[in-house]
Amino acid sequence: MKYIDEFKDLVRGSGILKEIVRLATFKVSFMEICGSHTHVICKSGLRALLPDNINLISGPGCPVCVTSQPEIDAIIDFADSNKDVIITTFGDMLRVPGSSSTLEQVRARATDVRVIYSPLGALSIARQSPQKEVVLLSVGFETTAPLIASVLQTAQAEGITNLTVYPLHKLTPPAMAVLLDSKDMRIDGFICPGHVTAIIGADAYGFIAKDYKRPCVVTGFEPLDALFAIYMLLLQIKEGRADIENEYKRVVSGTGNARARAIMDHVFEPSDALWRGLGSIPMSGLSLRDDYMGFSAAKRFGIDITKYTDSSKGTLDCRCADVLRGVINPAQCPLFATACTPTAPQGPCMVSDEGACAAWYTYERTAVAL
Amino acid sequence: MCLGVPGKILEISGDMATVELGKATVQVSMQLLDGGTVGEYVIVHAGFAIERLDIDAARKTLEAMDAFGELS
Repeated sequence: MKYIDEFKDLVRGSGILKEIVRLATFKVSFMEICGSHTHVICKSGLRALLPDNINLISGPGCPVCVTSQPEIDAIIDFADSNKDVIITTFGDMLRVPGSSSTLEQVRARATDVRVIYSPLGALSIARQSPQKEVVLLSVGFETTAPLIASVLQTAQAEGITNLTVYPLHKLTPPAMAVLLDSKDMRIDGFICPGHVTAIIGADAYGFIAKDYKRPCVVTGFEPLDALFAIYMLLLQIKEGRADIENEYKRVVSGTGNARARAIMDHVFEPSDALWRGLGSIPMSGLSLRDDYMGFSAAKRFGIDITKYTDSSKGTLDCRCADVLRGVINPAQCPLFATACTPTAPQGPCMVSDEGACAAWYTYERTAVAL
Repeated sequence: MCLGVPGKILEISGDMATVELGKATVQVSMQLLDGGTVGEYVIVHAGFAIERLDIDAARKTLEAMDAFGELS
């Protein structure tokens, strides 16, 4: 495919790799924030090609994974006790383990849970079934939130009243600040998420360069994008710089997609959010604005998150919370590839394709001692 | 989740565009972009075009990557 295959070219990659080997005379840890980057790094085998002194850490970039246990439990309970409602959500949500069940198991108990590829799917279902309540359980970062906002604008314009949303969206920069403030580890540079940045703009990371003096490279999603970003980060460190650089200029600008942000800001407002692994982070989530409160599933159905406590710490020895903070890699979890596998996931990081544990299980098991 | 794939706009009708994604043809909402042109490449994420793909910038990035091949 055009604008994909060129960024997978082996010969082109070997030139970049040689340069990385030449530059990598010091030990560094870089974090990729986006789950799609985790996936491409694992799938392409980059970790095995890189010099040993370059450590790539996966961050909290898988939306399903960072959704807190109380929220997972609340939506599973809601789905289980509302058999007359159509629940729509992205596929990754179905198998995330709740404290006592999953959405997939709830579906087997006769709740109408439907997987959608696009939030437009939820809108179509609401149009086609005006006599049914349709609930959209929406996860995702800044890349996805404008889509949900756009769908709600359309629903409002069309006077659709049987669609509600349970927003679990998260914002990236506040989580990066928490990771940088953490005493658990040192991150020497960020491989910044290309499609989040397409919306928010590369300038949004200015505080990381200015306040934390760490380099950032906004990065595309093909193997050579990741490889080139690693080279760019190394070069910055070698030259004593901490700049915001953009490897993904073919898609991302400094200011991002202003129209998408305006639509998102019209429907949502920033609010505090609870992250698995990172805890509560001020202004790192999105809530519906007053004008869109009519679309709130929590309000219409009385979903009360305060009834649920964070029991994830007691779930066997699942270390998803530590994996999400980059404190351990997946293979360092005692359950990895033993009690926890993609067919029997104990935590969300083993469920989603973008979860670090699932990516390591599929592609990195030869690289780690088991 | 933040998966986005580059595709070429084949046709635009109102807020929707027909986009070629590899061998597939999909219907994509253009509501997040200020217009669009047939023949342009866009990044498609969950049924929406979220940004345009700048062909010149893609070429420049590839040239920057290729510079190492020539040096080594």
